[in-house]
Parts: sequence; structure tokens; C-alpha cells
Amino acid sequence: MSLMDLFKKKNSGDIAKDRLKLVLISDRANCSPDVMEMIKNDIIQVISKYMEIDAEGLDIQITQTESEGNNGNVPALYANIPIKDMKHTGPAR
Amino acid sequence: MSEVIVITSGKGGVGKTTTTANVGTGLAQLNKKVVLIDTDIGLRNLDVVMGLENRIVYNLVDVVEGNCRMKQALIKDKRYPNLSLLPSAQTRDKTAVSPEQMIKVIEELKEEYDYILLDCPAGIEQGFKNAIAGADRALVVTTPEVSAIRDADRIIGLLGANELKKVELIVNRLRMDMVKRGDMMNINDVTDILAIDLIGAVPDDEQIVISTNQGEPLVGSDCLAGKAFENICHRILGEDVPFLDLEIKTSIWDKIKEIFKKN
Repeated sequence: MSLMDLFKKKNSGDIAKDRLKLVLISDRANCSPDVMEMIKNDIIQVISKYMEIDAEGLDIQITQTESEGNNGNVPALYANIPIKDMKHTGPAR
Repeated sequence: MSEVIVITSGKGGVGKTTTTANVGTGLAQLNKKVVLIDTDIGLRNLDVVMGLENRIVYNLVDVVEGNCRMKQALIKDKRYPNLSLLPSAQTRDKTAVSPEQMIKVIEELKEEYDYILLDCPAGIEQGFKNAIAGADRALVVTTPEVSAIRDADRIIGLLGANELKKVELIVNRLRMDMVKRGDMMNINDVTDILAIDLIGAVPDDEQIVISTNQGEPLVGSDCLAGKAFENICHRILGEDVPFLDLEIKTSIWDKIKEIFKKN
């Protein structure tokens, strides 16, 4: 335990607020895990046409991002898609 | 013109019934004619919180099914001549009443009362649908906890979907000592997240437990929670009342008293 840990430690009130913000974004977007799974599968299909990706390692979630033009934060679909091979290997040419 | 207000929360145990009892009593103290309806069929509680449990003869389901006249089911509170309670049934379930029947009951009560307060059950099923059917205005009660706020957000969404436009927030059971050291979300955090107008903030107060034990709402009494509920009543009437300074408890005088208590 160093002195720095004391400063780094976040208040549990702030943790609660951050967690709530995230959970409410997906609640409000009405994205059930089923829907998310469907989106994920479609993304895998589309991207696979152009490059080889790691379907197992693919991660998608709805988060918040700062909107460019106007006020504050807007929901955003975040996708982390690990690429195995940039070369095209799929059947479509 | 009478106004129909539903007190709801989604989550159970956040203080809907206590709020209904205190706001109802407070409005009656301000010389409004008020009727409280307990819509939690099967789990009635508003009667005990109000201290009127021994006077129940007929209930909401009896009125709906035509077993009695409205006047026979209404319990007049002897402490406040303007205040009545329509108790819920304890031995039936939520399906005993439909939203249409609730609206009919409310229409009949509108003729005589200025304010009709509906104590909503927890959840988002039939009981909730019954409670909000005839309402013009909703008070959403929450506590500064993740579970209660998440449920409140869901409820706010459902109220919007049911075209209930006037929706206001009560943040209940605030512990200012915890807020101060950052271990509880503060009022601004909660209103930021839920993005609706705040109509009241009620501190966690031992007096609430005591008043519920006694069956006497504490609105208007000389404690922070009593004042907070009184202010909510004024705001319901459209008055602009400043929010209480809830940190009053940590005054120097209180600190001195604390020191003496410890010794």
C-alpha cells in the first residue's frame, strides 16, 4: 500500500454513478443480450468477406461517446474485432 | 379541478407507501380534500402506515365488484377531516381489478376530492398498469442506490410510453454523512442520470421508523424528513419552495453534542 493508492482510490459514489450510466445506456437502447448476439454475428459475417478475423475474440458493447456537433454524450456501438489476416481469404471476390 | 397522482418506483422498499402517507396527510393539512388509494392488492400496507388498519370494513375490490358503495369503503381519518383512505384487499391478487375499473373508481372520487393519491405496488406488471391508468401526474420515488435508480429509469420510460407527461422525482433516504465522504450518490448525480425534475429530497431519518411504528405520518413535524415532505406538498400545489439544506446536522453545535455523547 503506497500513498499513491490513497489518491487513486475512487469514491464508491462515483463508481456507482459510472456503472449506472453504462447500464442505463444499454437498458434505454433496449438491447437485450440476444439482440447484441445477433449484431455480433452479422458483423462477423460482413467483415469476414474482406479479411480473416478472430470471431472468438470479437467483443461488442454499447458505450458512451462525446458527440461531435452538439451537447454531451451519445450512445455508441463499440466493437473490438481482432484481425487474424488482412489478406482476403473468403469466397467472395 | 382534481389531480390524480400516482406514487411509484419500480423497486420495492424505497418508500412509496411512506411517501404516499406523508404527502397525502400533508396536502390534507394544507386544507385540500385528499383520498389515498392503496392499489397494492394482496399486499396492503398503506392502512397500517396511516394507522387506520382497525377501521377497514370494505376495500377497493369490494367497490369494483359492487359489493358496497364507495362511501362505505372509504375510511375517514379522524385526525384530518379532509383525508380519506380507500384500502386495498389483502386476500385477492392484482388481477382482481383492471385498468378500466380503476379509471371508473377514480372518476367517481374526482367529484369530491382535490387530490387522489395512488400508492403503486412494486414491479411493472398488472398492479403497476392499474395504478397508472387514471393518473395525471407521477411521483417517482428512488433511493441513491444503483438498483433503485435503474428501476426508476425503467419506470420513467414506461410512464412516458403511457403518455404520462408530468413525472417528477423524489430522492428518498439520503444519508448526508455518506454523501459527504463520497460513498453515496448525491442529489445532482441522481437527477443527472434520470433527467427528470426533482420535486423533493428526503433524508434518511429515524423519525420515519418511529412514525411508521405509531401509525402517524410525520409530515410537518419538526424533523428534517417531516419538513422535506411538507415542502413536497407545497411544490405539488405549485409553490416555489427552496430545497432544504440537508447538511444542517453537521453544524458546530451538533459536533459539540456528539463529543459529549461519546464521553
